[in-house]
Amino acid sequence: MKLHLFYPTKQQKTIKNMKLLVCISHVPDTTSKINFTEGDTKFDTNGVQYVINPHDEYCLTRALWFKEKQGASITVITVGTQLVEPTLRKALAIGADDAIRVDAEPKEAFFVAQQIADVAKKEGYNLILTGRESIDYNGGMVPGFLAASLNYNFVNACIGVEIEGQNVTATREIDGGSEVLATTLPIVLAGQKGIVEEKDLRIPNMRGIMMARQKPLKVVPAIEVILNSTTVGFEKLPLKSACKLVSPDNIDELINLLHTEAKVI
Amino acid sequence: MSVLVFAETSEGQYKKVAFEATSYGAKVAELLQTNLVALSINAKDASQLSTYGATKILNVKNEKLTSFNAKAFAEVVSQVAKSEAATVVIIDSSSNGLYLAPLVAFKLQAALASNVVGIPSTTNPFVVKRKAFSNKAFCLTALSTSVKVIGLAKNAFGIFENTVETTLADFNPALSDADFGVSSKQIIKTSGKVSIADADIVVSAGRGLKGPENWGMIEELAQVLGAATACSKPVSDLDWRDHAEHVGQTGKQVAANLYIAIGISGAIQHLAGINSSKVKVVINTDPEAPFFKAADYGIVGDAFEVVPKLVEKLKIFKQNNA
Ligand SMILES: Cc1cc2nc3c(=O)[nH]c(=O)nc-3n(C[C@H](O)[C@H](O)[C@H](O)COP(=O)(O)OP(=O)(O)OC[C@H]3O[C@@H](n4cnc5c(N)ncnc54)[C@H](O)[C@@H]3O)c2cc1C
Ligand SMILES: Nc1ncnc2c1ncn2[C@@H]1O[C@H](COP(=O)(O)O)[C@@H](O)[C@H]1O
Repeated sequence: MKLHLFYPTKQQKTIKNMKLLVCISHVPDTTSKINFTEGDTKFDTNGVQYVINPHDEYCLTRALWFKEKQGASITVITVGTQLVEPTLRKALAIGADDAIRVDAEPKEAFFVAQQIADVAKKEGYNLILTGRESIDYNGGMVPGFLAASLNYNFVNACIGVEIEGQNVTATREIDGGSEVLATTLPIVLAGQKGIVEEKDLRIPNMRGIMMARQKPLKVVPAIEVILNSTTVGFEKLPLKSACKLVSPDNIDELINLLHTEAKVI
Repeated sequence: MSVLVFAETSEGQYKKVAFEATSYGAKVAELLQTNLVALSINAKDASQLSTYGATKILNVKNEKLTSFNAKAFAEVVSQVAKSEAATVVIIDSSSNGLYLAPLVAFKLQAALASNVVGIPSTTNPFVVKRKAFSNKAFCLTALSTSVKVIGLAKNAFGIFENTVETTLADFNPALSDADFGVSSKQIIKTSGKVSIADADIVVSAGRGLKGPENWGMIEELAQVLGAATACSKPVSDLDWRDHAEHVGQTGKQVAANLYIAIGISGAIQHLAGINSSKVKVVINTDPEAPFFKAADYGIVGDAFEVVPKLVEKLKIFKQNNA
């Protein structure tokens, strides 16, 4: 099975005024050591590098393809404090046209979705791309909440999308395969790898970085939202006992251990 | 008041996650001193759920709901939640469950906790433990709305038999065209294979295998074990294997009972996808490979020698233990 089915082709019709919003979550770099402070109630940001959430990066690249092949404007949005601005600038350097920062600590998914929905209601985007999940809290909740708040169509775990006129063909990953869905704009798509391939990801070049400095980054105040949930603490993974080594000449022992000790075969 | 579990079916049969979610629901209902209601859509034999502690089972029979439709299913679940006065709604973490849960929570004005790994540690405040930071830690979340939706992580709780007396009834949801704004055109199955999501055992291989032509022995090992096959990210980036097999932070999450990693170094991003698997085995030529720190059992050796031997010995083992 190949998932290259829905790559853009030249003959596709252009949609005038396609307005895209790409939601960017600012997350610890994947190699970051995860530690907590204040009696395991706070995430320790000491020495942590932040990056664009990998799933959002695939979506941003897909948005650029729409722009290049079909014509579109791309806005990126983040709900976060001033600390997230370098991440937004990076998205601008990769090719987004403008950026919006909703000035608030992203405390929980419902709160974040409400902030984005509020901006989207005012601006009227017809295609909103988010990542499948943020790799920090792994909620996978913002996209669904956002679609529901806006009453837009919604496709989760999206690995392919094509748009013609108002019609959207999207492919989502399912357990043991994929599913092709038909729907219409406006829509929220929660994307992941597959929506573009790894090799197609864009790295900001010097010109992009220079241009990003001139691009608009608007800061808007947060609307009031009653929080649905709060993080009250963290726990690290329990310590693991050492790996039992088995000699390559004694495969029977491995089978025996898996059968009698681990009881998994 | 009640606890509601959405018990997922596929072609009329309950999925394994449905039994796990129901077992979990029974425990939460006990904690809250209330009843467990199970909802299924187009189940052929809904009474099966009484084995796992559901005191009331509602089955929806509706042709329009033959294939999964997130918005329409969310409408059904929330209608049942309201009519049963459910204060806790439990949804599994299959690809459909993950799609469904936020839509249900929104309709019920409920807080959602996804990736939940255990029963609430306290019910007032209502605190649950969730996987976070790509399985590198847990986070404790307090839900403050009157109705709560729990997304139960796969293979985190287990399946427990607890046969109870059950009432069985049909439920007729009111659905409108607006609930079908997204429609299914085609389902493409990775044919004849165990999917990573459903597998108890996963056999995974990495760049150490040198090229796609060497996957025959991996397939064979998987077949002997009734396992799904998986791979590391570079392997799918190089197109040696399909994307759907890519495991890790940016790929699939594997919560299997046994994960066998062959020729995979054990980079942190790969481990992020398998931390919630129960038993891990590594086969790697390099004793310094980081995977040995994460594994329970390991063989320092060449995959091209070890794997064929393992296949052969397992065949014998399977014959003797059939
Ligand atoms: C943002 C980001 C996200 C990422 N997400 C993921 C992810 O989701 N999943 C993922 O897997 N990776 C991910 N990666 C990549 C990850 O960092 C590693 O590069 C990758 O996991 C390495 O794959 P590998 O172990 O197959 O290959 P290698 O690192 O090349 O390791 C090959 C291993 O095979 C062993 N070997 C060689 N020959 C043999 C033999 N004959 N027999 C046995 N063993 C042998 C070697 O000793 C070595 O340990 C991500 C990286 C980034 C930056
Ligand atoms: N603070 C945020 N600002 C903007 N977008 C976000 C934020 N948090 C999450 N998102 C988007 O929602 C997706 C899923 O995030 P989550 O629900 O947190 O797992 C991410 O990939 C982003 O696209």
